[in-house]
Amino acid sequence: MTTFLELLITGISLGSVYALIALGFVIIFKSTEVVNFAHASLLLAGGYFAVVSRDTLGFWPALLVGIAGAALLGMLLEFLIIRRYRGRDHSVLAIVTIGIDIVLITELARRIGPEIFSYRDPWGNTLVQLGPVSIPQTRVAAFVVAGALITVFLLAFRYTSWGVAMRAAAEDRGTAALMGVRLGWISASAWAVAGALAAVAALFLSVFPTTGLDRETGLIALKAFPAAIIGGLDSTTGALAGGLIVGVTQSLATGYQSELSFLGNGIGDLAPYLVMVVVLLIRPAGLFGTRELSRV
Amino acid sequence: MEAAILRVRGLAAGYGPVHALSSVSLEVPDGAVTAVLGGNGAGKSTLLRAISGTLRFQGGAITGGTIEFAGERLDGRNAARVVAAGVVQVPEGRQVFARMSVADNLRAGALGARHGRRGEQEARERVFGLFPVLAERVHQRAGLLSGGEQQMLAMGRALMARPRLLLLDEPSLGLAPMMAARIADTIREINDQGTAVLLVEQNAALALNLATRAVVLETGTVALSGTAAELAASDEVRRRYLGVGDEDAAADAEAGIRAEHDHSDGHPTLRRWVA
Ligand SMILES: Nc1ncnc2c1ncn2[C@@H]1O[C@H](COP(=O)(O)OP(=O)(O)OP(=O)(O)O)[C@@H](O)[C@H]1O
Ligand SMILES: [Mg+2]
Repeated sequence: MTTFLELLITGISLGSVYALIALGFVIIFKSTEVVNFAHASLLLAGGYFAVVSRDTLGFWPALLVGIAGAALLGMLLEFLIIRRYRGRDHSVLAIVTIGIDIVLITELARRIGPEIFSYRDPWGNTLVQLGPVSIPQTRVAAFVVAGALITVFLLAFRYTSWGVAMRAAAEDRGTAALMGVRLGWISASAWAVAGALAAVAALFLSVFPTTGLDRETGLIALKAFPAAIIGGLDSTTGALAGGLIVGVTQSLATGYQSELSFLGNGIGDLAPYLVMVVVLLIRPAGLFGTRELSRV
Repeated sequence: MEAAILRVRGLAAGYGPVHALSSVSLEVPDGAVTAVLGGNGAGKSTLLRAISGTLRFQGGAITGGTIEFAGERLDGRNAARVVAAGVVQVPEGRQVFARMSVADNLRAGALGARHGRRGEQEARERVFGLFPVLAERVHQRAGLLSGGEQQMLAMGRALMARPRLLLLDEPSLGLAPMMAARIADTIREINDQGTAVLLVEQNAALALNLATRAVVLETGTVALSGTAAELAASDEVRRRYLGVGDEDAAADAEAGIRAEHDHSDGHPTLRRWVA
């Protein structure tokens, strides 16, 4: 039972980090109808900006540098590249983002090399005791920070003018333009927010029990892809649900790997994809989505 | 007659290889209602999209001519600049944001105008004054409103930007005669409050009754223009837009839409144009 609780809490914490990534993915899709395959490299870039400024600036300022850097990079990609393809077929745009991803990942991998960068975060490898279970402090921090950011985002989405503009553009770009909504800014701000959230996710994917940020960290972001699809690509609620489902599934499957050994090794990493396939078979638009990926 | 607030000169527009408008010229006097009549595919919506800067969302573009609003060139401007200049379009088919609440739809309408919080509040009060039903349904999802209510919301949303010129694309489309008459009354009220209106309609009787001036578009060019009374009296308009050889419809257009309220015998005053 204690193991189960531990795995569940770990899963929820992990899931909230996946939700951060999935949320960025969904924001970009909702407001610009682009399936952003460059999201993993955006995350890695955010992490890289943070860890290289860690020594000179200290942890918190470096984290801010990472967040601002990834937000700026996202915006830049939108301004310089994505914007030129506006109005083109969605598959063209998806391929463009794959191209961006390859270029960014290659460059970042070259810079990072074989090294593993530590954030040297304030939480270290301390454990906290929650009743019968002991959890790494980093997991608690991840859950609290991700939860807070998601709450702030959802409130902004619901109540601010920016949120109204985002939702209007998501429903009908042409009509939103008739209201005087500046679609270029909507799109750029979506990329910026997605980049910022990804940079925070990069932090929590690199701290204890992980050894640090390396060139493979971006690959973990790929797990948020099934999260976004499970929830529904155009649903913010779906991103949260999908993130948690993937986190918990992965954590439990990894924890009970020995019992599940008949399914083969590495079931923990595979489980989220299995869940995704099952969900898509039952609900092609995802749990909360309204649009099927095939129509993208 | 008041000075023109909108001047369109030699306007040409198309969608790729499709020419939708060629050398269209018209003037919209300030503070009045101007009607644009014409059959399906005549180019009425294209004209409004050209003015509001939204042709590109349909794959179209302006290919010639000028559009001037209050002395400022609008052609080549993006949609946000046109809204900021004071021209707002209510699209054909209403196009309310169905998944958003009535309140959020109205907020969306105020996004492009820079009138501040006070201005937005005043605009909202004006809208609720014109359309009390919107105040009652303020938290409801727009997609759940009836067609007539959605038209009111679409108009209210446009008024949130406090436009000097309101572009209306077939506001009576798909509405029952009673509701169309109510919308017509509201257009008159909006105009009385000082907003100029460019009204695109296939319901010629309704439009000619509201407007002081009107133009008739045919296959992308201006076929006729004049005062609403002149057009309502012209043989061609009577025959083609007010019902073939039907004296009643033409007479109704002149007598006024309001008289329709007294017709309890179900006599069809509001006649659809038939090709
Ligand atoms: N998105 C588009 N792509 C290509 N051609 C278009 C497009 N929209 C309109 N057209 C063409 O442009 C011409 C004018 O169309 P427009 O929609 O302006 O007519 P309309 O007068 O508004 O007609 P209706 O009364 O049916 O709304 C038509 O020939 C139409 O087929
Ligand atoms: Mg039309």
